[in-house]
Amino acid sequence: MPVNVHVDENLIYKRPSSLEDVHTHYCPGCTHGTAHRIVAEVLDELGLQKESIIVAPVGCAVFAYTYFALDGVEAAHGRAPAMATGIKRANPDKIVFTYQGDGDLASIGIAEAIHAAVRGENITIIFINNAIYGMTGGQMSPTTLPGQSTTSSLDGRDSAITGQPMHIAELMASLPGTAYSVRRSLHDAKHTIRAKKAIRKAFQTQIRGEGLSIVELLSSCPTNWKMTPHQSLEWIKEEMLPTYPIGDFKT
Amino acid sequence: MSKKLIKGNVALAEAAVRAGCQAYFGYPITPQTELLEHMAIRMPELGRTFLQAESEVAAINMVYGAASSGVRAMTSSSGPGISLMQEGLSYIVGSEVPVVIIDVMRGGPGLGNIQPAQSDYNQLTKTAGHGDYNPIVLAPSTIQEGVDMVTLSFDLADKYRTLVFVAIDGAIGQMMEPAEMPPMQELHPRPEWAITGQGERNEKNIITSIYLGADNLGDFNDKLQAKLRAIEESEVRYEAETVDDAELIVVAFGTSGRVAKSAVHHLRKAGKKVGLLRPITLWPFPSKKLAALADGGTKKFLVVEMNMGQMLHDVRYAVGRDIDVQFFGRAGGSIPMPEEIQEKAMAMLEVN
Repeated sequence: MPVNVHVDENLIYKRPSSLEDVHTHYCPGCTHGTAHRIVAEVLDELGLQKESIIVAPVGCAVFAYTYFALDGVEAAHGRAPAMATGIKRANPDKIVFTYQGDGDLASIGIAEAIHAAVRGENITIIFINNAIYGMTGGQMSPTTLPGQSTTSSLDGRDSAITGQPMHIAELMASLPGTAYSVRRSLHDAKHTIRAKKAIRKAFQTQIRGEGLSIVELLSSCPTNWKMTPHQSLEWIKEEMLPTYPIGDFKT
Repeated sequence: MSKKLIKGNVALAEAAVRAGCQAYFGYPITPQTELLEHMAIRMPELGRTFLQAESEVAAINMVYGAASSGVRAMTSSSGPGISLMQEGLSYIVGSEVPVVIIDVMRGGPGLGNIQPAQSDYNQLTKTAGHGDYNPIVLAPSTIQEGVDMVTLSFDLADKYRTLVFVAIDGAIGQMMEPAEMPPMQELHPRPEWAITGQGERNEKNIITSIYLGADNLGDFNDKLQAKLRAIEESEVRYEAETVDDAELIVVAFGTSGRVAKSAVHHLRKAGKKVGLLRPITLWPFPSKKLAALADGGTKKFLVVEMNMGQMLHDVRYAVGRDIDVQFFGRAGGSIPMPEEIQEKAMAMLEVN
């Protein structure tokens, strides 16, 4: 007899209640969807949906507050940690997190990110590192790999002119107010499970009031990398991981 | 209640505390620093938030976050800092969050100097960020009026869910005068739109300024403009003295308004038909009042500012091209003397 998957007791996998039942605008094969999903699962599992506030960035995740079933705000480009600071100070008993890409956090918003950590601001940062500006169509970011071709570095990033990739998880770990800083990857199921565990630890760090927590997630951008979804997951593994090792830099 | 001799910056800070400001974020800049320093003492004393930000860019976004959470939130700064805040100002208006900012104006452009000036008139009333809007701008000319305007600023910000500036200059910020403080207000409850975590609410709350569709953003702008027109209708404030029979009216705000008042009093004593129109709201500007005065027979207007003529254009626009509008002012930090204004007014009166 066929199993009726439309009956709740037969469901073994469903949309987390912290995610809205809506279509996203993310490109096929992009790992934003995975990142959203595991953040939402953690919020569900910790019972935080009604207690959490998301601060969305400028970038591909600009509408993240639409996709998460949480109170949310849309920050100016790079200013999410500053806005989260104001929100957390006004709601000290609530869970406040930012969701930012590498253009938003590592480039235009680095001062806000660093000083939130300097203050030991009790917030969580989900940092999506895909080594490129996604929303504006594929320009070089501070985490672009040497030699990586982008629309603003067509012949590949020339480190003699534009410097070396920026290691955010390590940088944030060096600041005394950071309580938890790790890097994880979303290129396969095993690593995604590890990423989810780290996200859980980050939120638990905030619940315990220990200071700033950040999880850097190596993510794919098939559209702007000009690869298939499968190729881009391989590219994370082969090209990004050697530069951006998975690790716990502060726990 | 009794009057107390108090410094302008301290008085305005204390007025904000008493208006129920629950969160202050700021960055040191002369000539407003005593304001930040007073908040650094008072806010923690009351169990409220004081935080020195790493920059004005961060400060305004912290204010944006706290105000999105529905608490009365503010910052204070001076021209160069206000310039850095412009991005945040635009987001605040675009997402309809109530915020109060005290601007203690100094000389510009660039680093300029820390002398009193009215160099931010255009910046505050017209160019406070990208997009189509004007913040409410209140311009007191005494410390007592500054205290009263700070109290009003929080009410206006909440009423219209918008950005309100209280603009003084370094002279009002730094001088001492007797002023009476308002009573301490109870903290206000969080409004229903505030970001507080969904909790018991049926729907999540969102604070955002992005509307991707042309229709959506068009509709929002229509709504925003309707609100601004309502503010223009209801919130114009000014002081008018001996204007009804005036041949010449001096138009000046803030410190120059105060000096102009002395000049007008002196000229009246000398039998000259001179009046004073002192805008208290720089936006919405008392254009209708000025137009009515011009229509009522006053054909000469003298605009006095501590800049090179910024409000001047609003006065010209209000009274029309047939009216003689002249300017007296200078930039760089000097305050006009009453005698200089009298001399300029007399020269205008002598021409038929």
